[in-house]
Amino acid sequence: MSATKNKTMRDVFLSALLARMGQDSSIFFLTADFGSPVLDQIRNDFPERFINVGIAEQNLINVATGLALEGYRVYTYAIAPFITMRCYEQIKVNLSLMSQLRKMNVNLIGVGAGFSYVVSGPTHHSLEDLSIMRTLPNIEVLSPADWVMAESILDFSLDSHQPKYLRFDSQPAPAIYAEDSKPFNKRGFNVLNAGGTICLAATGYMTTQAINARNIMAEEGVEVAVIDIFRLKNFDAVMLAKTLSCYSNVISMEEGFIGKGGLDSLLLNLKNDYELAFGLKSVGIGDNYHFELGFRDELLEGYHAGIKSTLEIVRELI
Amino acid sequence: MTFQTEQQLKDKVRHVRRETLLLHRRAPETRVASSLSCVEILVALYYGGILKFNPEWPQWEGRDRFVVSKGHGSISLYPILADLNFFPASELEKIGQSGSFLGSIPDPVIPGYETINGSLGHGLGVGCGMAVGLKRKKSSSQVFVLVGDGELYEGSNWEAIMFAAHHRLDNLTLIVDHNKISMLDFCAEIMDHSPLDEKFKSFGWVTEDVDGHDIKQVNAALSEFKDIHNGQPKVIIAHTIKGKGGGALENDKLSHIKSLTHAQIDILLEVNDVSN
Repeated sequence: MSATKNKTMRDVFLSALLARMGQDSSIFFLTADFGSPVLDQIRNDFPERFINVGIAEQNLINVATGLALEGYRVYTYAIAPFITMRCYEQIKVNLSLMSQLRKMNVNLIGVGAGFSYVVSGPTHHSLEDLSIMRTLPNIEVLSPADWVMAESILDFSLDSHQPKYLRFDSQPAPAIYAEDSKPFNKRGFNVLNAGGTICLAATGYMTTQAINARNIMAEEGVEVAVIDIFRLKNFDAVMLAKTLSCYSNVISMEEGFIGKGGLDSLLLNLKNDYELAFGLKSVGIGDNYHFELGFRDELLEGYHAGIKSTLEIVRELI
Repeated sequence: MTFQTEQQLKDKVRHVRRETLLLHRRAPETRVASSLSCVEILVALYYGGILKFNPEWPQWEGRDRFVVSKGHGSISLYPILADLNFFPASELEKIGQSGSFLGSIPDPVIPGYETINGSLGHGLGVGCGMAVGLKRKKSSSQVFVLVGDGELYEGSNWEAIMFAAHHRLDNLTLIVDHNKISMLDFCAEIMDHSPLDEKFKSFGWVTEDVDGHDIKQVNAALSEFKDIHNGQPKVIIAHTIKGKGGGALENDKLSHIKSLTHAQIDILLEVNDVSN
């Protein structure tokens, strides 16, 4: 079942990518002056296919576009809020629009999902990215819940010739999927626990929170289902609708602003499109920023988005 | 694609200006003034033996990449692409009409265009990515990017200008259509960014200033730069007149947002230096 090794998504993903760069000369790596120990190795081993463009996210996207149009499979790397919002219009024009006319494989790796850079404050928190990236046509939005999922996205990222946003947590964490498994699939979600009448439908870090909440309820003798949704566009809507139709209540859980186009909107639209009867509650971040320092889980509780708050909602629904 | 005599190039310039005015007559929402200032640059690139291209296969790998970053100001490229058989000349008649791929801002739905246009400050960075990619592929193809001087206010250009020099992109040539006018005023009044050559030099670029309406000078600078590979990116600053050949539009600081009436265009076609 659960593994215990703490790893970061980026270390695992970049290590796997490094191995592939040796076999595939079409892979190009660009960073906006954002590093990792594995990145040093990529720079050393493949200096011809590694460029640090400097703290210049607009140019990061534009250079990536040019390389992708020349046939390269491009990985761009920066802190999540900067690789999405600082260069949002470059992404819209050169990736979203352009990829409707030309095949382009550009992967935007944003590190620092939600509050994961907790002490760096609101400029480094990434609470808008899920909704604003979801609004752009032709771009995939992938939100892994652990490093095993992050690693298993690699094959898809290489093979799918379209732009993608990969939202990575910045903190090392234990795996929730079996270490040797390949949990990614094009369906876009995995049922981690079935049963009961209440389903926690979570993405990213919140999937771990959902599992913890589910375990606490299980000790109390109440079954709660957990679904990890990692593909926030182009997922199999029919299958997801069918899966969720088994539950009377669904609680969406995301470490991002709610009511603005993220996971909760995805589920609300699904419910509407497929005329599903379940009740839907949203767990996530309300409409303001957070300046005060605190542990990640304290910040979440402050927004009624922590485990305690989630359990309260679950207990009310029983 | 053959070298043409200076007179032949001048004839092409006159023809393209005429056709541009005719396009503007059909689609008054087109940006005619900034399309008129870059006619010699476009003619030199396509008829002066500069660009490698293949109209039957616009995405031919061996082509030179021409990124028209000031896309809205390149309506004058439509008649050139039609003349070279990138698409049928009959398409020019349909500009601006429902179902036509020729709008006031060109996108790569038009054969021959490489990138999305309409938003400024994108083309040079994309061109830098292409130039790096071509170098890594050991391709002899080169990248040419056309920007407007007003467009240089976009900071993303300067990120790319630093990048190109650091990465020694000597397969990249930038052409600035330096018509001295942005949308609402003269650049010198909005925010004076002259002298451009000194700025580019200090960023590590090779620069050359030319009279952008002297086809011989423009063509010579492009030819020369195409053969220089000394580890530096290159910029041709083409001093031009906004609205060149457009009568009252010439050097009008608001020419960017002005249209010519049918009557004005008809007079220009008959009596002006754009007449045949």
